[in-house]
Amino acid sequence: MPDLNTEQLIIDIPGRADSTALSLQVGAGETWGVLGPNGVGKTTLLHTLAGLRKPRKGRVKLGTAALASLGRRTIARRLGVVFQDQQDGFPATVLETALVGRHPWLSPWQMETAEDERLARQALETLGVDHLSGRLVNTLSGGERQRVAIATVLAQSPDTWLLDEPTNHLDLHHQVAVLQLLSEQARSGRSVFMCLHDLNLAARWCDHLLLLYPNGEACWGPTETMLIPSALERLYDQKLITVEADGAPVFVPVRG
Amino acid sequence: MLGYSRPLAILVLISLLCMVLSISIGSAALSPGDTWAVLTGSGTSLQQTLILELRLPRTLSAFATGGLLAVAGALMQVLLRNPLADPYILGLSGGAAVGALLAMLAGVAGALVSGSAFAGAMLATLLVFGLAHGTGSWTPSRLLLTGVVVAAGWGAIITLILAMSPARQLPGMLYWLMGDLSHAGNPAPALVMLALVCALVFPLGRSLNVLARGPLQAAALGVSVRPLEWLIYVLASVLTAAAVSMAGSIGFVGLVVPHMLRLVLGNDQRLILPACALGGGSLLVLADSLARVVIAPEQLPVGVITALLGVPTFLYLLHRSR
Repeated sequence: MPDLNTEQLIIDIPGRADSTALSLQVGAGETWGVLGPNGVGKTTLLHTLAGLRKPRKGRVKLGTAALASLGRRTIARRLGVVFQDQQDGFPATVLETALVGRHPWLSPWQMETAEDERLARQALETLGVDHLSGRLVNTLSGGERQRVAIATVLAQSPDTWLLDEPTNHLDLHHQVAVLQLLSEQARSGRSVFMCLHDLNLAARWCDHLLLLYPNGEACWGPTETMLIPSALERLYDQKLITVEADGAPVFVPVRG
Repeated sequence: MLGYSRPLAILVLISLLCMVLSISIGSAALSPGDTWAVLTGSGTSLQQTLILELRLPRTLSAFATGGLLAVAGALMQVLLRNPLADPYILGLSGGAAVGALLAMLAGVAGALVSGSAFAGAMLATLLVFGLAHGTGSWTPSRLLLTGVVVAAGWGAIITLILAMSPARQLPGMLYWLMGDLSHAGNPAPALVMLALVCALVFPLGRSLNVLARGPLQAAALGVSVRPLEWLIYVLASVLTAAAVSMAGSIGFVGLVVPHMLRLVLGNDQRLILPACALGGGSLLVLADSLARVVIAPEQLPVGVITALLGVPTFLYLLHRSR
């Protein structure tokens, strides 16, 4: 049974005409990548899928239930979001930040248990930021913060992951480590849906792709059917050279 | 995580010490022994009257007012996600002041002034919320701007009332504006309110912690953001209105006590909010004791003392932290 599906979904970007209606089925064990140029609505789509924005038309379903009919807490137990940038109004430590991921699992009267703390520490360790657990989040580098944000969702332990540019600010090694972690999540029966800027990372790590074109068109399907060089060139309005490496296509932008 | 009891126990102890101190000192000094004797039911009848009818109610009023202001300030800071927010930032004290001054101008005193101040404060709250609500979406910055502009409007009306008032009424009005506990009535309702809000805030605390990380993040973690924000706004407004109608607009407590406590205790609202109730209460009790003795038998407005005590303490803590 697919985890997250959309029925004739049209996202709402004020002042823009309706885009192609999306009927996606993001199944358990699948890793989806969303590709498209800046400003095409990747983040808006992600927020709509998370129920944080109302769609213009159509609907989003989590399992068999319409997302709009579920309470925020129920949604948060099944669906986790990594945002593109993290706000930090008040200083909080790295451990406190990861522990916040346990919020949907605790009743109002409950304190965080030792088990919650163990899960949070384990998540920080998985992301390689456990040595920072006592530090204030606003003193960390962008990449470290990004890893803490991912650790928070790991502690939240949702069945469906929505991620907005999870590799932002990360060095090459940590980009790979994070994508590896997400693949493991998918292999264990969860589903992953993420916006990515890097075409090659998406080609390498995602099994499904959704391409959002600037004119509002969209197409989606298994990765191998979507990696058509001419389509990708049109997507980014950028000439590409395709080379073969490690048995898979790699796309390099043409200079000049 | 479970280390809430020790800081709170220390704060309870500090609060009790401050209260005993406040009851003991004044124009007629009492030894702690005398104070204890009266509180346990003995002592001379003069001492009984002095303590049970004059100093104890005033001390409890000071404690309740300080506690309410500090808790309201901490809530406003979470709501607006702005460390500069204080309970008055949305123009609430201006509305209360206009209500109180108009009542004084009309020649009434006591409970009617308090009632009028409370009405003014709630009117100011509704006004700002209604205006900021506008087309349906309000953001903290929009609420803040509306509040600051409306506060400026109240300021103009206050100046106008002061300019038009007869000279003999001016001292009372100025004392009210600077915050003054000498007309505070029965402290019991405010104390009950303070206890209730601390009890209510505990189950809300974790949601507030999550909300402090921003509305989107909070919604993604299962918080119903809009109802929670409404609740905080109404709660903070009622608390502030209660404090203002008891003691006038006492500045500084609501802004600085939450910060001082955050610097020392971190930012878990489940700890910070009850700590604010105790810390804000203690600060105002101390300040009021000073206000009563510095130029005894005359009294200073307590708002002057809170600022004079609070500013250096806060700057010291800020300087010491990172």
